Amino acid sequence: MKRVGKVVIFFAGLLLVWQVAVLLKLWSPVLVPSPFSVGRYLFEAATDGTLASAMVVTIKRLALGYAFGLLVGLPLGLLTARFQILEDTLGLMALGLQALPSVCWVPLALLWFGQTEGAMFFVVVMGTLWSVIIATDNGVRNVPPIYARAARTMGSTGLHTWLRVILPAALPFIVGGMKQGWAFAWRSLMAAEIYVTILSGFGLGHLLHYGRELNAMEQVIGIMFVLLAIGLLADKILFSPWERFLHRRWGTAR
Amino acid sequence: MTLPVELQNEAPSKLSIQAVSKRFASRKRDKPVQALDNVSLEVAEGEFVCLLGPSGCGKSTLLNIIAGLENADTGGVKCDGADVTAPGRDRMMMFQESALFPWLDVLDNVLFSLRLKPGLNASERRDVAVFYLKLVGLEKFHHAYVHELSGGMKQRVALARALAPNPRVLLMDEPFAALDALTREQLYGDLQQIWKERKKTIVFVTHNVREAVCLGDRVILLSPHPGRIQEEFRIELPRPRNINSIDLARHATIITSALKGFGRGGPPMPMGDGI
Ligand SMILES: Nc1ncnc2c1ncn2[C@@H]1O[C@H](COP(=O)(O)OP(=O)(O)OP(=O)(O)O)[C@@H](O)[C@H]1O
Ligand SMILES: [Mg+2]
Repeated sequence: MKRVGKVVIFFAGLLLVWQVAVLLKLWSPVLVPSPFSVGRYLFEAATDGTLASAMVVTIKRLALGYAFGLLVGLPLGLLTARFQILEDTLGLMALGLQALPSVCWVPLALLWFGQTEGAMFFVVVMGTLWSVIIATDNGVRNVPPIYARAARTMGSTGLHTWLRVILPAALPFIVGGMKQGWAFAWRSLMAAEIYVTILSGFGLGHLLHYGRELNAMEQVIGIMFVLLAIGLLADKILFSPWERFLHRRWGTAR
Repeated sequence: MTLPVELQNEAPSKLSIQAVSKRFASRKRDKPVQALDNVSLEVAEGEFVCLLGPSGCGKSTLLNIIAGLENADTGGVKCDGADVTAPGRDRMMMFQESALFPWLDVLDNVLFSLRLKPGLNASERRDVAVFYLKLVGLEKFHHAYVHELSGGMKQRVALARALAPNPRVLLMDEPFAALDALTREQLYGDLQQIWKERKKTIVFVTHNVREAVCLGDRVILLSPHPGRIQEEFRIELPRPRNINSIDLARHATIITSALKGFGRGGPPMPMGDGI
């Protein structure tokens, strides 16, 4: 509880500094709105439903693309680790594309898919897929061969060895890759939403964009808070349990 | 508690290693490494044989070939008359590093091999795993994770895991090499006890002479480059043997000098208590 107290004091302090700066009129109120006006905007957006619907749109895009990226990336990573020819081809391609900032996919996605959900999906998948492939491949290659040998003496073969030994043994790497894939996907989706309007749904990125167009700084800052909260929550909900699991089992320090 | 059928002793196997040779292509030099050269060895049912030799003389290679993890270039291994071509549950292996799976707890590690054995239901598997964990003295650690165990405890779990499918042969590759002397001594006692109770054929690799004398019915001395059987010693000390006993030390001294003076060769030397 002491920890929670310190955290509360820290953030309350930040808000206070912010409020004091606004009261001292250090900057124009158009550029730096007070915490209260940001709060008011968030309250209104929450009550009239714009915030909720934008969150649903964004999170749905993210979840779909991310899930697809994982579902495809994981087996592909296993395959590149298993077959040298796939490593030399697909693996090399993944390595190259992973190094490409995933925002770079946005123009291409727009040309290919137009201003559709498809473009958004594509961008998120490209953000996720390559890092998951690389991490899985890397994880499998780092599994001590002794595990597979031990499993073989106990009668494990083929697919059983892959699913019950190699995959769990590579888990620390894979979770790392999932986390990185998530970060890439999240960033590139935001870039895409800010960059293009898609009529089938207004996401958080659009709200951010319109905040700028309307010179509504409280909206820009308010949405940034929402994005920040989603990022934190995703970390706590999606990855913390995995990391706790790994920590407990492997005894690795966080 | 009645002992389930599963836990009754399987008859130990007879191993016959026939003129096994194995060479490895070496990456650096053009000359391949002759790890094993024409090695023949008979291991009787229920016998405890120790393979002893300096580093690189092919002990692990021989053990891997018996396990079926590697194939001999020429020659072969027969287990109860049948050719060994692949790993099998009748021959379980224990490695120098415990090779336990960190993502499973102790009980699940032991259950891993049992889940792969047909004909057992979940509660029978559990009973068997619990039985062997008790046998190695870890009944209180079912749900500990691997990183929470000491080195000695890890090797105990590895032993339980190897014993669980009720193999006829136990292959052990320097399983105690990484442990401190005190822990090792305890394990020597336990292993002799378990061997007596469970009646296994054991091939035990070591480069520790006293360890070999303490455990083996026979000690097979291998020489390096190429790996060959140099000499063998029958150890006829009463069991259970204490590694610190003077008789044992005397045997160890003789073997150590043989180990140092490779090239003198000779017929198997019987060594009773009289020496
Ligand atoms: N996979 C391999 N590729 C190439 N050479 C190998 C391979 N495995 C073993 N060797 C070589 O074969 C020889 C015998 O190796 P082995 O591991 O059987 O020795 P060992 O007697 O078990 O040694 P140690 O006591 O150090 O474990 C060594 O010279 C080693 O370099
Ligand atoms: Mg070895």
